[in-house]
Amino acid sequence: MAVAAAPVVPPGTKRRGTKEEVRRGDGKVALGFLTPGALGFLAFTLFPVIASLVMSFFDWPVLGTPTFTGFGNYVELFTTDDTFRTAIVNTLLFVVLYVPVNIVVSMGLAVWISPRIKGRRYYRVLFFIPAVTPMVGNAVVFTLLLTPNGLVDSAMKSWFGVGAPNFLGSSAWAMPAVVLLSVWQGFGYNLLVFSAALDAVPQHLVEAAEIDGAGAFRRFFNVVLPLLSPSIFFATVLTLISSFQVFTQSYVLTGGGPGNSTTTLVMYLYQSGFQFFRLGFASAIAWVLFVFIMIITAVQFIGQKRWVHYDQ
Amino acid sequence: MTSDTRAPSPTLVRRPAAPVGPHGRHRLRRTVSQVLLTLVGLGFAMPLVWMVASSLKSGGEVFSTPPKLLGDQLLFSNYTQAADYLPFGRFMLNTLLVAVAGTLITLVTSAMSAYAFARLRFRFREAVFLLYLGTLMVPQEVVVVPMFLIMKNLGWVNTFQALILPWAFTAFGTFLLRQFFLTIPTELEEAAKIDGAGHWRILTRVIAPIAAPAFAVLAVFTFITYWNSFLWPLIITNDTSTTTVPLGLNLFLGQNGQEWQLLMAAATISMAPTVLLVLVLQKYLVRGIALSGLGGR
Repeated sequence: MAVAAAPVVPPGTKRRGTKEEVRRGDGKVALGFLTPGALGFLAFTLFPVIASLVMSFFDWPVLGTPTFTGFGNYVELFTTDDTFRTAIVNTLLFVVLYVPVNIVVSMGLAVWISPRIKGRRYYRVLFFIPAVTPMVGNAVVFTLLLTPNGLVDSAMKSWFGVGAPNFLGSSAWAMPAVVLLSVWQGFGYNLLVFSAALDAVPQHLVEAAEIDGAGAFRRFFNVVLPLLSPSIFFATVLTLISSFQVFTQSYVLTGGGPGNSTTTLVMYLYQSGFQFFRLGFASAIAWVLFVFIMIITAVQFIGQKRWVHYDQ
Repeated sequence: MTSDTRAPSPTLVRRPAAPVGPHGRHRLRRTVSQVLLTLVGLGFAMPLVWMVASSLKSGGEVFSTPPKLLGDQLLFSNYTQAADYLPFGRFMLNTLLVAVAGTLITLVTSAMSAYAFARLRFRFREAVFLLYLGTLMVPQEVVVVPMFLIMKNLGWVNTFQALILPWAFTAFGTFLLRQFFLTIPTELEEAAKIDGAGHWRILTRVIAPIAAPAFAVLAVFTFITYWNSFLWPLIITNDTSTTTVPLGLNLFLGQNGQEWQLLMAAATISMAPTVLLVLVLQKYLVRGIALSGLGGR
């Protein structure tokens, strides 16, 4: 879901209004304007967040009475639960494979398309299209491509005489297949973000570097890339956050299998909560996921000082 | 690390205006680049092309070695047959209802809250806004379990309100619109105030028209998010009367004796609305993403 742009624009940058207005305040009007949104926000965001945390300390079946177990769920997760360990490893594997490929591909294509390619607008839209189509649809199509006798397999058979591996049925290939689908589906977003950033690079800086004798590589790495660093940072943060939440791709493409080879944290959460009906346990998984995301985001924000250039 | 300002070393200063064929070489490079990019684009589009092509084949022709793009004839009847197999028309209507209603609620409530946060003064404004912002960090998965219990206790399992309401009040829309509202000069509304306009009138007649691009971007992305949503419908519905398109596709995939050509027809239908939306509104969207880095991903 929308995990958003908090870092880009500092909140409350503008102060306005006459002194008289400040003194009076708009309390009642504000209440009127805020109430509809705030009620929904309380009922469907704030309350569930708190409830989720509380539930994670309970043994909470769908039917029957919840019992308080303290850290029981967390202890079980981290000490005895092999599936959870596998899910963490798989999720991290996905993140490690997916995020760099996504960033490199989207940046590479953005740079390629940006300067003087004819019809670049159409390329951008083309690469963006899978990002707005249902993930399930994309996954269904990839199933057809990657299944035995599917397009990839039969093309390889007729070109090389050797069939393709059974991508979705082999524990070695299933995760790469999930990553492939995800990259295909997802990099268009970052492509657009990078394209916009590239368009905003002042040409005179690049030209100055050229006159100073910098070759194409140096111009890119020493001039353009530092100017892009804020959008790279931003794109990486969002891509990382969303990649920790990978679910639909592996649910539809491989069902988490073969074995547990593509079972991710969110899939295990889904299974625990809605197939085994252990709601408290599922909530605990959700909070572990949340903490993972917070840590990785915090680390990035701390690390950004070393490489992100916000000045001109 | 920023621009390299050292004095140009003499050996490197033969760059400007490549002496050999100032046009010829450049043009060749550009043509090669264009051809390569077109190939990459085609490769990228292949899954979608294959999907549409397969949706028009006969069952026996979907898997063939060597692969053939098109079958002997184009069977448009696959589309009607897919609709017989599972009620896809129904699923489309369900999803449309959910997406449109969800988008409308999101737009209205976000605009009102954004107006309050951007234009009104009240106690704890910054604190409340920070609270809103804070929840943007929380992934959907955290609230999904209690949300299910809430819906169950309300007796809302398998209802449209359960599909719509929980996701219509995220702080995201409020945040996005507030950022945009802040850029609108206050002089405009002060003029309206002098003419006797109230806050509601200022929001709907002065601010909303100016902020139309921001509303458009928020509307499209909210619609797309609802249209593509999978995890929540998977949890909260188990009845075809409320099944949405992505869920229907997944049901289809799970059925025995797979009819791939029908499945591809269904997949094509599922993608059509959002693809059309993006094609029509591409300018808006590209600019919106560029400005806000917005996106569901």
